[in-house]
Amino acid sequence: MDAIQKNILKEVADLDALPVGAYNIRSNGATSARNTTANIDIVTKEDKPGIDIIIKPGTVHESVHIPVVVSQAGLKDMVYNDFYVGEGSDVVIVAGCGIHNCGDADSAHDGIHTFYVGKNAKLRYIEKHYGEGEEGTRGKRLMNPTTVVHLEEGAQMIMETSQIAGIDDTTRITTADLAAGAKLDIHESIMTTGEQNAVSNFTADLNGENCSCNIVSRAVARDKSRQHFTSRLNGNNVCSGHSECDSIMMDEAYVLATPELAASCTDASLIHEAAIGKIAGEQLMKLMTLGLTEQEAEEQIISGFLR
Amino acid sequence: MLELQHISYQTEDEKELLYDINLKIDDHFVVITGPNGSGKSTLAKIIAGILTPTGGKILLDGEDITGLNITERANKGVGYAFQQPVRFKGLTVKDLMSLAAGKEAKVSELCDVLSEVGLCAKEYINRDLDGSLSGGELKRIEIAMTLARGAKLSIFDEPEAGIDLWSFQKLIHVFEKMVQATDGNILIISHQERILDIADKIVYLKDGQVAMYDSREKILPNILKNTGGGSCQVLLDKGKEA
Ligand SMILES: Nc1ncnc2c1ncn2[C@@H]1O[C@H](COP(=O)(O)OP(=O)(O)OP(=O)(O)O)[C@@H](O)[C@H]1O
Ligand SMILES: [Mg+2]
Repeated sequence: MDAIQKNILKEVADLDALPVGAYNIRSNGATSARNTTANIDIVTKEDKPGIDIIIKPGTVHESVHIPVVVSQAGLKDMVYNDFYVGEGSDVVIVAGCGIHNCGDADSAHDGIHTFYVGKNAKLRYIEKHYGEGEEGTRGKRLMNPTTVVHLEEGAQMIMETSQIAGIDDTTRITTADLAAGAKLDIHESIMTTGEQNAVSNFTADLNGENCSCNIVSRAVARDKSRQHFTSRLNGNNVCSGHSECDSIMMDEAYVLATPELAASCTDASLIHEAAIGKIAGEQLMKLMTLGLTEQEAEEQIISGFLR
Repeated sequence: MLELQHISYQTEDEKELLYDINLKIDDHFVVITGPNGSGKSTLAKIIAGILTPTGGKILLDGEDITGLNITERANKGVGYAFQQPVRFKGLTVKDLMSLAAGKEAKVSELCDVLSEVGLCAKEYINRDLDGSLSGGELKRIEIAMTLARGAKLSIFDEPEAGIDLWSFQKLIHVFEKMVQATDGNILIISHQERILDIADKIVYLKDGQVAMYDSREKILPNILKNTGGGSCQVLLDKGKEA
């Protein structure tokens, strides 16, 4: 791996060296390193690009890293990854994709991640997207992640996604279905700058009795960037759903938030909160009275907000 | 030392909130009191640079700071604990205390400052300074931030508001200690007799003007005389009619 690839790996997976536990590192469209453990198997798909990650029932305190690095200009990479998280296991999966594009052709990474989370299993899924390029080059960095989540009875998943810099165009689609007692927590952070465009679309079907879903999206739109956030919660049983979309607008950005709640059960309790606005003046003032300049105050507020 | 010369303030729609305020604050501990809406917080914001006066001059240790912005005044040594603490999503107590202290705060240092306001650092440092904290907790952290700054001039706007009685006793103690430890000035806006009781001097603000400014001994009896009865003209007239 060269220095550019190593740097991207650091950005998206916080990795300086090969991780402990299971991993699969995909670099410019091919697997460049892989490790499996007694409980976690990683198998290359035969029919299409991508891998199956199979976690045995009862696997606890283990992790899987599956970073993707695209550093070749003009590469259009597409993968299908399926995750089978066995009953009663408790694991962490870290995915991330970084694009370094220093050419004039667009580079893209599209991924479809499907999770089958077994009964009473606990999964924490962390996904980070990052792009960088070189000044004066025209190649765009595009990323379109699709995440499909199936939670069986009593399964719990925490999903933390962030895309803070460098992706010119993104459409993020997340769909989930929840069986009885399942619990899904999603925390998304997005920042767009320049002329970037981001679309984020969540749909959750709350099918099982007493399942719950909480979606929190924090977004910052700067310069002339555009964002569109949609979330739909379908309450089909006794369940509770909450979605929150909170956006900070700056400069000449454009933000559209379209929350949707649908219930087909009288005992479904669904709540949506949405707020779009500039940084609160009193927050800036408070930090300035502590000695920060207006710009430093802005940076602190945004970095905290997106954390 | 803080000096206000002919400070006046008008809102954009030309409502006069402060008229010709002249004050020299050179005692350690000065309390500003006065009825609700008399302009106390407005005056504090003018000193901190949050509002720009329509007329007059502000001098800090003889230097004219009227033209300086909030940040510049903070760096010259003005600290201000807001009447209504500000909430931040994603910034923790530790983050804000570190920003206030001007350096990454160590847990032991946070313990010292937060215990002054009756909070256990361990339970609070990693919490977001947002709506999940109670009103009294937010208020105490607001006060702790200003303590941590250790500014030349510290302004506290109604520090007692929302703080329970037991903690209030401790708070008085904190201010007393602060007065002894610092050679700067502490300016507290308060309605509390217990705080007035430890003031070197008291400013009595009424309808945007300094009605009285003198030593505690001279002011206190007058204030108590002044605070009987309502002052709303409509109600007074009604009383006459009846
Ligand atoms: N932007 C504004 N426009 C119009 N009136 C204002 C504005 N800001 C403050 N006021 C009014 O100015 C007066 C003084 O307000 P200020 O907050 O300084 O009062 P205060 O003495 O701090 O009162 P309290 O004891 O209730 O805190 C009040 O009557 C308030 O309604
Ligand atoms: Mg006030």
